[in-house]
Amino acid sequence: MDSANNAARSFNKVIEILDRYDRNASKIIPILQSVQEEYRYLPQEVLTFVATSLNVSPARLYGVATFYSHFSLEPKGKHILKMCDGTACHVRGSSAVIDALRDKLGLSAKKITTDDMLFTFETVSCLGACGLAPVLVVDEAIHGQVTPEVALQLLDEIVQKEQQHA
Amino acid sequence: MKSDKIIYINDRPIVWDGETNVLSLARKAHIEIPTFCYHSELSVYGACRLCLVEIEGRGLVTSCSTIPFEGMKVYTHTEQIIKMRKTIVEMLLANHDQACPTCSRSNDCKLRDLSTKLGIDKIRYRKTRQPKAMDMMSDCLVRDPNKCVLCGDCVRFCSEVQGIGAIDFAHRGEGVIVTPAYGKSLAHVDCVNCGQCAAVCPTGAIVVKSQSEQVWQQVHNKTKTVVAQVAPAVRVALGEMFNLPSGEITTGKMVAALRMIGFNKVFDTSYAADLTVIEEANELLSRKTKGENLPIFTSCCPAWVKFAEQSYPGLLNNLSSCRSPQQMFGALAKARLPQTLGVTKEDLCVVAIMPCTAKKYEANRKEFTTDGIADVDFVLTTQELGKMIKEAGIDFNSLEPESMDLPMGFASGAGVIFGNSGGVSEAVLRYAADKLQIPMPESIVLQEVRGTSGIREAEVETAVGTLRMAVVHGLKNAAILADQVVNGTANYDVIEVMACPGGCIGGAGQPIACESNTRQQRNQAIYNADKIMPLHRAQDNPFIDEIYQTLLHEPNSHKAHEMLHTQYRSRKRIEDEETSFSAPSKEERCKIRVCIGTSCFLRGAQEILAATLKTVEDNAWHNRFDIAATFCTELCDLGPTIVINGEIIHRARLEDVKSRIQSEASLREK
Repeated sequence: MDSANNAARSFNKVIEILDRYDRNASKIIPILQSVQEEYRYLPQEVLTFVATSLNVSPARLYGVATFYSHFSLEPKGKHILKMCDGTACHVRGSSAVIDALRDKLGLSAKKITTDDMLFTFETVSCLGACGLAPVLVVDEAIHGQVTPEVALQLLDEIVQKEQQHA
Repeated sequence: MKSDKIIYINDRPIVWDGETNVLSLARKAHIEIPTFCYHSELSVYGACRLCLVEIEGRGLVTSCSTIPFEGMKVYTHTEQIIKMRKTIVEMLLANHDQACPTCSRSNDCKLRDLSTKLGIDKIRYRKTRQPKAMDMMSDCLVRDPNKCVLCGDCVRFCSEVQGIGAIDFAHRGEGVIVTPAYGKSLAHVDCVNCGQCAAVCPTGAIVVKSQSEQVWQQVHNKTKTVVAQVAPAVRVALGEMFNLPSGEITTGKMVAALRMIGFNKVFDTSYAADLTVIEEANELLSRKTKGENLPIFTSCCPAWVKFAEQSYPGLLNNLSSCRSPQQMFGALAKARLPQTLGVTKEDLCVVAIMPCTAKKYEANRKEFTTDGIADVDFVLTTQELGKMIKEAGIDFNSLEPESMDLPMGFASGAGVIFGNSGGVSEAVLRYAADKLQIPMPESIVLQEVRGTSGIREAEVETAVGTLRMAVVHGLKNAAILADQVVNGTANYDVIEVMACPGGCIGGAGQPIACESNTRQQRNQAIYNADKIMPLHRAQDNPFIDEIYQTLLHEPNSHKAHEMLHTQYRSRKRIEDEETSFSAPSKEERCKIRVCIGTSCFLRGAQEILAATLKTVEDNAWHNRFDIAATFCTELCDLGPTIVINGEIIHRARLEDVKSRIQSEASLREK
């Protein structure tokens, strides 16, 4: 029943977040950031609730949420992999890493989350760490000068850990 | 005071008399600057970049967002500007669905017009956007994102004038679209169907959903008897479709054209409006005497009614229970005409011709169906009627005028002024003055409620006390007054609300207005139409008298309530799914749904939900209960609302819910 409690706790958290920002519509972005931290994405019904509480139209809030690539309206996987495909990373071979990871996970530019909800793989435009190019971020950890082999090994490590837990 | 500030436009001096931007100054200097996103009624946006002008010392700027200064030198058609404008239009056209001959906005499309004016004969750029799905699900409007030029006029109208914001920009860069929340259909969000988005759209990206094909089918079907009811605002705008001046009253020609199309009878919605006046005035006087449910809000405008249902559930008892004239007409027509015309109810088709898009939605509301048959079968807008007249090849301008059919084609001036914002109030007062024996002329002109400002007020002394009236148009203005009523700071007896600017004459079903004073001319024409009528008060209409004698007995009678009145219900803004707090299970469980919409939340739904979850958790009853939060059960005034196994519990209290859970749990004892 873990999921049930999580959902209830998360919903209480949304109310806490709204109160923390005084239900102030000028703080939409930090509010959405905090909500996304809680749910790992922005569920539609939660967005409607936030919009109503802030006295903003749901369409406007949807506009804000879709403007920033940071926000996701789709559920994301447990582990998030972000490959930088900015100019520096691109010329240093990010494409090969992207292809290798997508191939391994059965993902594409359109389908970014695995069916088992374990991984989300996305590309980002620049992480500001061009000296380390090409850069791969696995959850919170940053890995520089990544080759397809290194990337697949990092992926394997997570899969193994997950299997041990299960 | 005359201003002596001079500005030079193309080296010719022009007096700057307080104009707030260069664009309106240029218009004064007889120069039409092209623009998609500049509307004098909306905020300045500066997005379309078509209104570029050159200002000496500043270079190229958008004239809509540039404040004039004394001695400013403006150039409006330099070589560079003309080249840039062409490029901008070309680029818009590159991604525009160029199905112009089949587009319903073909004749009044600004993009097409501009492309012709700028002499664009080829498009040098290729399409970069993938085709997007159209939204056809609304009763009233069709959205085609492939024709959108992203000027944002619709977005700003919806949020700035109507205060709703049903559509907005979403995504970014190349992917930007105008869309309702979550990419849903307009039919599933808080859109009130006023259609003003379609009226301000420069292209065909949002258009009125046409029913003319269905009406043609009825007209061509020999077994059907097709009758028309025409709203007052149609007669002062239809002529615009045939290049007649705005405000020309074309009632006679319109009736002739309708008969030529094949309508068997042509009636006047103003007749039903006379009836509305009497029903509503009596409702008002009764509430005023009892001092309950005041102020009374008018209920003729279906966009306002939906807005109130989704935003002000606590005020629904204040809405007049009167159906709109369209629906009063429908109910009476379906009840009486089969007998007088000698047809079956099934073979009688009632077509309403309206200045309004939301009337299509209203006609489809299930309250307005009697024994499974809709009271009003189809609703055509003024635009659609104009197109049908053209389709039939009728030379409208040379038609000899004809009169409407009796009895339902006879109206007093009171029913006609319904087309203007302020008209309902004035008409009600004309009736009330008589009933309360206030010495006033029959054709009262209540100057305070005439005019164009968004909120107007008037006070009249009567035997039952001072009658305080407010008239608003634009739903944002309505919301201001509704909020005041909710928090007890407003002191009115009647609040007349119309969603569209200027009332029905400014409805989105009217011909697209090209001139800025079109609405004013239509408004004046409605008042003129009243002036030339023999009767000005609803109660003087002999055919209204007749209907009370033979059918309705007296105003607000049981029969009148059955046929002419209705009820309202609170409504969700967005159709949402629920948030489940229980893991899926194969067990047969007790379903608990707790509404945590804003209204229920304020009434303590959150505590009930938390306690429910805790009880289930503490007792490990996970296989006995399936708990979810819903975002609105649409019964806000009765909150907090909880649904346990299909049974709805209003004004739920924590201890009751707890004991109910106990008993449900014991039923499922393992």
